[in-house]
Amino acid sequence: MTRQNPILRVENITKSFGGEPILKGVNLSLGKGEIKILIGPSGGGKSTFLQCMNCLISPDSGKYWLEEKPVDITSKKVLYHYRQQVGMIFQDFNLFDHLTALDNVTLALRKVKGMDKKAAARRAMTELSQVGLEDKIRLYPAELSGGQKQRVAIARALAMDPKVLLLDEPTSALDPDLTGEVIDVIRNLAKKGMTMVMATHQISLIRTLADEILFMEAGFVVEQGSPKALLVPGTRSQGFCDKLNSLSGEGPE
Amino acid sequence: MLEAVSIIKGALPYLLAGSLITAGIVIGAMALGLVLGLSMAVGQVYGGNALKRALGTYVWFFQGVPILVLLFLFYFGVFHYMGLNLSAVAAVTIVLGMTTAAYQANIFRGAILALPQGQFKAASTLGMSDIQTILTIILPQALRLSIPAWSNEFSIVLKDSALAFVLGAPEIMARAKFVASRTYQHLPIYIIAGLIYFILTWAGVRALAKLEKTVRIPGYSNKGM
Ligand SMILES: Nc1ncnc2c1ncn2[C@@H]1O[C@H](COP(=O)(O)OP(=O)(O)OP(=O)(O)O)[C@@H](O)[C@H]1O
Ligand SMILES: [Mg+2]
Repeated sequence: MTRQNPILRVENITKSFGGEPILKGVNLSLGKGEIKILIGPSGGGKSTFLQCMNCLISPDSGKYWLEEKPVDITSKKVLYHYRQQVGMIFQDFNLFDHLTALDNVTLALRKVKGMDKKAAARRAMTELSQVGLEDKIRLYPAELSGGQKQRVAIARALAMDPKVLLLDEPTSALDPDLTGEVIDVIRNLAKKGMTMVMATHQISLIRTLADEILFMEAGFVVEQGSPKALLVPGTRSQGFCDKLNSLSGEGPE
Repeated sequence: MLEAVSIIKGALPYLLAGSLITAGIVIGAMALGLVLGLSMAVGQVYGGNALKRALGTYVWFFQGVPILVLLFLFYFGVFHYMGLNLSAVAAVTIVLGMTTAAYQANIFRGAILALPQGQFKAASTLGMSDIQTILTIILPQALRLSIPAWSNEFSIVLKDSALAFVLGAPEIMARAKFVASRTYQHLPIYIIAGLIYFILTWAGVRALAKLEKTVRIPGYSNKGM
C-alpha cells in the first residue's frame, strides 16, 4: 500500500473515567481506503477509543487532523461538521425508534445537509437498496430483524457521505444466522474503498479485511501490524484469535 | 318534587355555561403546563448545574405548597404587586398552569430519561446538533411515552380547577354553590355539578387514550412484556 497523506489522524488520545485511566495515549493514522481493525480483551478500551475518535466521548487530551487540517474539537460548530464526515456504526444499532427505515436515513439529510424531502428520499432509497432493503423502507425499527436494523444503520451513516466509517462490533448483537448479511455489506464497503476503523471479534473479517491490526489492552495499543506480520505463532494477536476460534468452534484453518 | 325539577331545568344552562369556563381554565392551564413543563424537563436533563438547581427549586416549590395557598398568594399578592390587573379566571389559569408545569416537568423528564441513550449518540455521529436531536428525536418519543401520565395530570387539574370558585371565577363549582344556596336544592345541584366534572374527565381521558393509540409506533406491543 502506498503511503499517502492520512485522511484522519489522531494523536495521544487519553481518557479517564472517575480517576481510572482507560486510554493512555493512543495514536492512529488512517490512509484513504485503509481498514484498521481493533482487537483485544474486553475492557481494553476499544469502544472508548472509537467514541473518542468522533468525540462522542470527549477525550482528556488528544489532537485531531482531518485531511491534514487540525480539528478544533472544542468548537461545537467545528465538531458537528467533523462528525458529518466520520460516520459510526454501533453494536446495538441505535436506530431512531419512532421513524421508518426510510426516515431514519432521510432525517439527517434534511436537517444537516439541508436537502428537501424529495431529494433526501431519493438518496435514502439508493442507500437502502445498496444494503438490500428496498422493500422494507416503510417499516419501523421494531418491525425489523437485527440484521436488517444494522443494515439500515449502515445506510443511514453512508447517506452522509462520510470520509471514514467507525464500526464498533457491528455484528456482536446479532444472532449467528444474521451476521452473514451484515458481514456481506461490510465486505462490499471494503471493496468500494471505504476507509474504516472497526472493532470486531469476527475472525473472518480480521483475517481478510484488515490492512492493519491494532491489539489494544489496558488502554494501550500493545501490538500493531499487518495480519501477515501479526497472525503468526507467539504474538498476542494470534493468541487472541486462537481463543476466539476455540470459543466459536471454527478451529484454526 | 316538581318544583325541584323545574329549578334544576332552569339551573342547567347556567351550570353548563360554567363548564365552558372550567374547560377554558383547564385547557389553558394544561397548555401552559405543557410548554413550561417540557422546557423545564429539557433544561433539567440537558442543562448546566445552575439551571438544574433553579428548575429543581421551582418544581419543589409548586409541589410543596397547597394550590389554595398558591391561588391566594398570586392573586392577592404577587399579581397585585406586579400591577397586573387579572380577572379571576386568568389568574386561576396561570396559577394552575404554573403548578401543573412542575408536575408535567417530572413526567417529561422521566420519559426523556427512559429513552435508550444510544439514539442521541447516533444522531450526533450524523452531525446533528444537540438542539436538532432533542427536537426531532428525543421529544417526539418522550411525548408519546408521557401520554398516560399526562392524562392523569389532566384529570387532577380538572378537579383542582374547582378551587377557582374561592376567587370568584364563575366556573361550575362557583355556579353550583350559588344556585344551591339560593334554592336550597343542594343534593340535586351538586349531583349535577359532579356529573358534569365526571363527563368532562371521561371525555378528556378518552380523547387522550385515542391519541395514544393513534401515535403508537408500529411494532411495539401495547401489552407490556
Ligand atoms: N462511561 C463510563 N464510565 C466509567 N467507566 C467506563 C465508561 N465507559 C467505559 N468504561 C470502562 O472503560 C474500560 C474500557 O471499556 P471499553 O468499552 O472501551 O472496552 P472494550 O475494549 O470496548 O471492551 P469490549 O470488548 O467488552 O467491548 C472498561 O473497564 C469500562 O468499564
Ligand atoms: Mg466495546
